[in-house]
Amino acid sequence: MTAFLWRYSPLFLIAAAWEIAPRSGMLDAALLPPFSEVMAAMARLIIDPGLYVHAAASLMREIAGLGLAVVVGVGLGIVMAWYAPVRILVNPLVRCIYPMPKSALIPVMIMWLGLGHLAKIGLIFMGCLLPVIVSSYNAARGVETVLIWSAQNAGASRREILTEIVLPASMPEILSGVRTALALSFVLLVSSEFLMAREGLGYMIAFLGEGGIYDAMFATVLLVSGIGFAADRAYLAFTRRALAWRA
Amino acid sequence: MSASGLAGASLRLLAASGSVIALLVGWEALARSDVVSDFLLPQFTVVASRIAEDTLSGTLPVQLGLTLWRALAGFALAGVIGVGIGVMMARNKAAAWFFDPIVSIGFPAPKIAFLPVFILWFGLFDLSKILMTAFAAIFPVIVATAAGTEGVDKYIVWSARNAGASGRNILYEIILPAALPQIITGLQVALPISLIVTIVSEMVMGGEGLGGTMMVAARFADSVGVFAGIVQIAIAGYVLIKAIELVRRRLLVWHQETQQIATF
Repeated sequence: MTAFLWRYSPLFLIAAAWEIAPRSGMLDAALLPPFSEVMAAMARLIIDPGLYVHAAASLMREIAGLGLAVVVGVGLGIVMAWYAPVRILVNPLVRCIYPMPKSALIPVMIMWLGLGHLAKIGLIFMGCLLPVIVSSYNAARGVETVLIWSAQNAGASRREILTEIVLPASMPEILSGVRTALALSFVLLVSSEFLMAREGLGYMIAFLGEGGIYDAMFATVLLVSGIGFAADRAYLAFTRRALAWRA
Repeated sequence: MSASGLAGASLRLLAASGSVIALLVGWEALARSDVVSDFLLPQFTVVASRIAEDTLSGTLPVQLGLTLWRALAGFALAGVIGVGIGVMMARNKAAAWFFDPIVSIGFPAPKIAFLPVFILWFGLFDLSKILMTAFAAIFPVIVATAAGTEGVDKYIVWSARNAGASGRNILYEIILPAALPQIITGLQVALPISLIVTIVSEMVMGGEGLGGTMMVAARFADSVGVFAGIVQIAIAGYVLIKAIELVRRRLLVWHQETQQIATF
């Protein structure tokens, strides 16, 4: 407990500075409401059912878009690594499109899918697809050939080798690629909700900011950052579980 | 490069350009067919001629230049400050104590959520976009630098100290070069983030720059403009990422490596 407190003590220092700076007039309180006021606004938000409507909308988009990207991306990546014709056709395209800054897709998604849920899901799906494909492809390509040879020698079919050898052996790298996609999905979610939404946590931040309700805006910004952080930690715990057999 | 390596490389180049050409031809064919309307997918030739028009009239170079200036200024800030903080964290207990919780929470958090805060503090012009970009891109640089610096073999540092090297010499001659592979990896993660965040900032704040231009095009249902923007941004991103890979190979000719880097 004391170790925990010591580790996170800088955060208390920052909170204290955040409280003192606007109160003492060092910083304009209009630009940075004191920390206690932000926390009070956070408490008001948490008991307000409106927050949960926005959070549910965001969460639904996030899970649908990322889930789809993971399923399609892992599948495509492994198929690309496993079947030469697919690799020759698709790999150069993936390499060519992969470096595109994914946020450039936002206006296209607005034109194609409008301003509702579908546009955000489509954006997260398209944006996260390439990192997942590339990491799954690299993972499956990197499986030690000795493993595959010995399985072949032991009489395993191509299909068995794929499901019993290649997939488990490439799991660590696939999972770390999905972690990258998870972080990207939050960026795309919040960005698209800033730009084109009537609900969602990103929309809430933009709306509160435009309305000049800065204590609640800061509270929501902290909340969204906290959700991103918590999602990453939960995902890490999940990967440790999923890879426990390797130890 | 051996003759066979050269042949292999040119074969790969041929396959790559072949599939890109196939993509463009497929795009053109799909757009010309009645399956999708011109609004949803304008023909590639129309988009390309719009890009050519904008290049000749001088608007595209200006917009592209603004976007690149913001993205690269933010990236450079993140690089310089991030390497500084990372080295400090690895070498100094107090710095490690102070920055560790901030970095461990900030690294996975979606920094773009702070965009309205940056608008509130720094306005709607270059400064807020550059600082937003730097803030979003700095965390991977710090994490990679701290890990790289911590991983430097302590015996090398000790022997340098024994040989009479000053702290400054050790930093510039031993630690930074030894940590360089990981530092560059951090920068390679930060570069696409810089581009993504600069473009989103431009979209949200409006005004000049490719992001703002694309958003205006989308609002006025100018789909040719939107697709022209995507092609421009994709090319710019591709060139920048290839450039940093080239820098890596140049700087790290002495270093053996085969690792792939996971980026956005």
